[in-house]
Amino acid sequence: MQLNGGQALIKALEMEGVEVIFGLPGGAILPVYDPIIDSPIRHILVRHEQGAGHMAEGYAHVTGKPGVAMVTSGPGATNIVTPLANAFMDSVPMVCITGQVPSAAIGSDAFQEADITGITQSVTKHNFLVTSAQDIPRVIREAFHIATTGRPGPVLVDIPKDMVDPNHPNSAMEWYWPTDAEVAAGLPGYKPTVTGHPRKIKEAAELILAAERPVIYAGGGILKARAAESLRELAELLDLPVVTTLMARGAFPDDHRLCLGMPGMHGNYTAIMSMQESDLLIALGSRFDDRVTGRQADFAPLAKVIHADIDPAELGKVRTPDVPIVGDCDKIITELVAAVRALLDGGAARPDLTSWWSTLSGWQERYPLAYEPQQEGEGLKPQAIIEALCDAAPEDCIVASGVGQHQMWASQFWKFRHPYTWVNSGGLGTMGFSVPAAIGAKVGHPERMVWAIDGDGCFQMTAQELVTAAAERIPVKIAILNNAYLGMVRQWQEMFYDERYSEVYLSPDLPDYVKWAEAMGCVAFRVEHPDDVAAVIEKANAIDDRPVVVEFRTDVAEKVFPMVPAGQSNSDVRVAPFQVRPAGDEAGEAQQ
Amino acid sequence: MSTVRHHTLSVLVENRAGVLARVVNLFSRRAYNIYSLAVAPTDDERFSRITIVVDVESAPLEQIVKQLNKLINVVKITELDPRAAVERELLLATVNASVAERPQVAELTRIFEGKIVAVSNEALTVSLEGHPNKIDDFEDLLRPFGIVQLQRTGRVALPKLDREPTRLTPVSSTGTRAS
Ligand SMILES: Cc1ncc(C[n+]2csc(CCOP(=O)(O)OP(=O)(O)O)c2C)c(N)n1
Ligand SMILES: [Mg+2]
Repeated sequence: MQLNGGQALIKALEMEGVEVIFGLPGGAILPVYDPIIDSPIRHILVRHEQGAGHMAEGYAHVTGKPGVAMVTSGPGATNIVTPLANAFMDSVPMVCITGQVPSAAIGSDAFQEADITGITQSVTKHNFLVTSAQDIPRVIREAFHIATTGRPGPVLVDIPKDMVDPNHPNSAMEWYWPTDAEVAAGLPGYKPTVTGHPRKIKEAAELILAAERPVIYAGGGILKARAAESLRELAELLDLPVVTTLMARGAFPDDHRLCLGMPGMHGNYTAIMSMQESDLLIALGSRFDDRVTGRQADFAPLAKVIHADIDPAELGKVRTPDVPIVGDCDKIITELVAAVRALLDGGAARPDLTSWWSTLSGWQERYPLAYEPQQEGEGLKPQAIIEALCDAAPEDCIVASGVGQHQMWASQFWKFRHPYTWVNSGGLGTMGFSVPAAIGAKVGHPERMVWAIDGDGCFQMTAQELVTAAAERIPVKIAILNNAYLGMVRQWQEMFYDERYSEVYLSPDLPDYVKWAEAMGCVAFRVEHPDDVAAVIEKANAIDDRPVVVEFRTDVAEKVFPMVPAGQSNSDVRVAPFQVRPAGDEAGEAQQ
Repeated sequence: MSTVRHHTLSVLVENRAGVLARVVNLFSRRAYNIYSLAVAPTDDERFSRITIVVDVESAPLEQIVKQLNKLINVVKITELDPRAAVERELLLATVNASVAERPQVAELTRIFEGKIVAVSNEALTVSLEGHPNKIDDFEDLLRPFGIVQLQRTGRVALPKLDREPTRLTPVSSTGTRAS
């Protein structure tokens, strides 16, 4: 069958099972936009290419399927670099198609030429520059294969215009669809290891049974490997405590008796200290990020480490593991459960973790995640807003967040009960992530409620995508925690720069978020009084035909606690000032 | 060059546009230092071989190898222990050599089994192929004459075969021919 390259591209995407493309056309990609009209694939026209990228990520996060974005050359392509970097950091499977100037013009500084394969080399898992229309089906198959297997990540495919332009002879191609074997043969250097080494697994099982203060350090890899079930089995088998990193919120239910919640810079006291005092860290799909470890030299100083990850380069990158296991987390955990069972059946003693659990519960009681009630004259308590949103939402509600204080409060105070209900930008910390990511998530799961919890600063970076949501009838809900500040930066300036506030004030009223949201086709509410919180949330939850924006006027001075200041030891975690007890009052009751 | 700081990696890569850039970019973005680098096609046109001498003070070798392995176009990495590898490098140098000094340069070149490849009234260009240590020595001894220009290729290396002498066949279908 003779096709042109543009038709072949769309057909290849259809063959890959793509349901939706997030994108925005332009000169170089124009020929591909013609066959889209006749394709069953839905195209969502964004207002800025960054939006397309984050939507593809949001879609991928909640569905587990690769998100697809398509943009034009030059500025279209450079606009999507941030989402690619974001997806790379957070291992999000994504395929990005970029138009490129015609092959004869490459290298001539042609109009809208940018060397996007060069630019994105270090922020993609791989990228391709198509050099023949005949290669398009193969390259697309390889791109999806690379994006979704091993450690997932973004793959960019750059296609010069002549390869897809039906009026150009270079676009002629004969259709084919490569087999799995052909894909493998085309990628001789790509063979991810999925099965963990049996000897390492046995060693890990032995270490676990010998540990007195074990902690499972569950990272985003659990979600990527769809290993939440096996994780639970492992934890329950021996009553092992579990911490879930920012990327793994929801991978283990927050209301489970074994769940300690989030560790790290703004983790809760117990999660942080459990790792510091642990004698065995069972790191599963986590990568010892500096936001988790604090000063690395002081991190979990007493612990042996079992480290399982699909990416061999993560093992030993930061911390040398005692037992490294390369492979797919789900397979490894399943094998680990079997290995532990076998040892127990063979007469090995169950570890007695009673004393460890009593230490942990002591910390939980003494330093719960808590905040002081709102005082007269103060704005709403952001933590209370998150709790109210969570209380009113169905259990399977998806929450996306921006980056800043609101993100930390969302992660701390939302109760995550299911995997794939939390969508955030962890590794790159990209402000402006939440609105488009929430839209992408809602496209992936139209039947589920999707809330974005956003900051006023973040909202101003990508709010235009609410026009996309309104036009495409994607009824997401956005909560803006308007503290009139780049709050997280303000917090650092308050704590570490003598309250010298430099370029962090945004104003509560400029812009007028309600008018702005309405102008973008959303229903909008503003909440200033605590008594109105629940009622407005209820109203917002009832709207299901349009996007809704609720602006909450929150306390400007509220800070995120606990906090491990950057570069310090986790053992020096600072709890909220009202939780600090006078010296000598070490053994007393937990304070309210 | 102290051998502890430096390790030689022989990296078999797909012979595609931009692959060298990917390898070099990886070193720069992860703050690994390259000491020298040589690249050439192999006898199998699908592959090229990059010989990289890395500075392992900048990062542990294991991490460098693992990160390199993540590049999709990298097919195979062999770490070459200097004791178990044949290593070669080529030097070209133009040296000031007045008529009076010329015999000394020529003699030095002869002792090292190098070649005089060009001659002018004031200068000589010499070439030397050999083990990098030998090249180092030669360079040191040339210096007093006044080096006008000097270019070294960076080392290339292959694993030693168990039998030394010279009639060698290809290592494998994807390997370069040893000579
Ligand atoms: C694109 C980008 N620019 C700058 C930063 C640095 N930064 C981190 S949090 C933050 C403040 C975010 O403000 P806002 O969205 O209002 O959230 P808040 O902290 O007030 O909840 C800034 C500027 C960033 N993470 N991303
Ligand atoms: Mg703010």
